[in-house]
Amino acid sequence: MSSEAARLRFKTWTCLPVVVLANASGDFFMKRGMPHSLHTPLEYIGALFQPWVALGVVLLIIWQLSRMALLSWADLSYVVPVTAVGYVVVALLARIFLDERITMARWAGIVLIVVGVSLVGGGTEPQTTQAVRGREAAR
Amino acid sequence: MKWLVVGIMVAATTASEVLQAYGMRRHGEIRDFRPGALGRALSLMARNRYVIASVVSMAFSFFAMMKLLSVTELSFAVPVSAVTYVLETVLAKYVLKERVNRLRWAGAALVVCGVALVSL
Repeated sequence: MSSEAARLRFKTWTCLPVVVLANASGDFFMKRGMPHSLHTPLEYIGALFQPWVALGVVLLIIWQLSRMALLSWADLSYVVPVTAVGYVVVALLARIFLDERITMARWAGIVLIVVGVSLVGGGTEPQTTQAVRGREAAR
Repeated sequence: MKWLVVGIMVAATTASEVLQAYGMRRHGEIRDFRPGALGRALSLMARNRYVIASVVSMAFSFFAMMKLLSVTELSFAVPVSAVTYVLETVLAKYVLKERVNRLRWAGAALVVCGVALVSL
């Protein structure tokens, strides 16, 4: 296994938690801060200035930017399945902080996602397209 | 009506993600994470036509999802949006020319089923 592949794997696994956590926490704060009834466009714009919603928006911007950085070296067919682990994070956060019950069907879904993510994340390299670059690339 | 919105949402999401991946591939690997270098990368990305097209599709996808949520429930909208995982994997193979081996196919399929179950 070349050091270039190891370098990309390390970089990918450093970036992935940022992508997944920014997405999950961004959605969480958006939902927490969003008023229940929004009608006029002005109310939608006003909602963006609610503190929790604003925090959610900032986190979702971080999510998109970190995802773009990740996609600058990792395959789409790698990033898409692996970041689905976010669904598991959200389900577990809802269980811990919101006392939401996890049904049997949900547990089954969580298991399937975790197995799917491990197959792609553990079994395949993040990058399959570009030729591996020379030694100058090593850090 | 419902399925038309689903179609628009799925098409816009898939287009957005494939364009984002293609645009970033053209940009090249981000190696320098110091603020100045990130700022320069950001300004290049803002002028990358594939990234711009991706953001436009993302806006369509966002509003289609809002519309879908207003005509159906979350427990329909989220599982149905998992279809994009399959489409994106297919396009990653044929358009982005990624090597999608059996493990990736199997992983993507399991994730789709898992997402559907989690959100039901």
